[in-house]
Amino acid sequence: MKKQTLIVASLFVLVLLFVGGSYVYKNANHSVSAEKSAALVRPYAYVLGNPNAKTTIVEFFDPACGTCKSFYPFVKSILKQNPDTLKLVLRYAPFHTDSYYVVAMIEAARLQGKYLEALEVIYKYQDKWASHGTPNIGLIWGFLPEAGIDIDRLKEDLKKPEIDALIKQDIADTKTLGVNATPEFFVNGKPLIKFGKQELEDLIKSEL
Amino acid sequence: MDQIQKSSNTLFTLLFFAWIVSMVSMLGSLFFSEIMMFPPCVMCWYQRICMYPLSVLFLVALFSNDQNIFKYAMPLVLLGLFFAIYHNLLYFGIVPETLAPCSQGVSCTSDYINWFGFITIQLLSLVAFALIFVTLIFIRFRTKL
Repeated sequence: MKKQTLIVASLFVLVLLFVGGSYVYKNANHSVSAEKSAALVRPYAYVLGNPNAKTTIVEFFDPACGTCKSFYPFVKSILKQNPDTLKLVLRYAPFHTDSYYVVAMIEAARLQGKYLEALEVIYKYQDKWASHGTPNIGLIWGFLPEAGIDIDRLKEDLKKPEIDALIKQDIADTKTLGVNATPEFFVNGKPLIKFGKQELEDLIKSEL
Repeated sequence: MDQIQKSSNTLFTLLFFAWIVSMVSMLGSLFFSEIMMFPPCVMCWYQRICMYPLSVLFLVALFSNDQNIFKYAMPLVLLGLFFAIYHNLLYFGIVPETLAPCSQGVSCTSDYINWFGFITIQLLSLVAFALIFVTLIFIRFRTKL
């Protein structure tokens, strides 16, 4: 009889710990700590929306990631609704095979003032070049002229060491911030804990 | 009579210990995935499949103080132990990972937690399975202790 009491009491305590822990975790402040906040926004990072906006969304994305592609128009529409108060900082998390080079292409296109154009064309044809496991990034060269990009100049710009340095810094920042899946969002330094479009919208609204 | 009583108490203690380990593992892994929102990788799922039934099996065995639990629990523990060892070898790069992470999947070598620089989720899993394994061996051969 005593043994049964012990078992039931233990079960109760374990479940209580779980529920209590969940409650504490959900109500805790998960903002990026002050010493890590430098990793959120770098001065070179591409910014969409009002650069002086008080609310900042930081998105770490991978051009080969399907979820990133589906979130892109969604985030853009939220930016459109709040043109003065909201900005989006785009950061790279090139986790997929060869994504590193795709990101370099986007950065090289930026030197021609075609950052978004390049990104949108790369997203548009994602299912053509980014098949799972074996991406064929060579195909991207064929799509880029559609974005009005000068390919010869792009190939020259790709050799620039600062592009390499910038991507390496972004990758280092993903490690600092513990970004291990894409897309990862931070709104005013607060990470999106439960992933989803509605959850992202709620987080943004709570920070506006 | 005393001897039998003592032996039955030892069995209960061992079973209770194994059950607590399996419960902490189950609730801990659920906390990581459901509360902290770490998506579990494939290897974690295989280990969960082995660990979760153990928490129920040990609970049933506790109520009847059943030494036969060894037969039912050991296959699950061995399977879980195998996956846990393999998972840790993957993580340390001793076995190369062929499964590339993708937008839907999660790499089995990404670091969600890293306490004190060496404690990862897959290490916790390995420790849990190893503890249960040793406890089961004691349960089976305790008459010779």
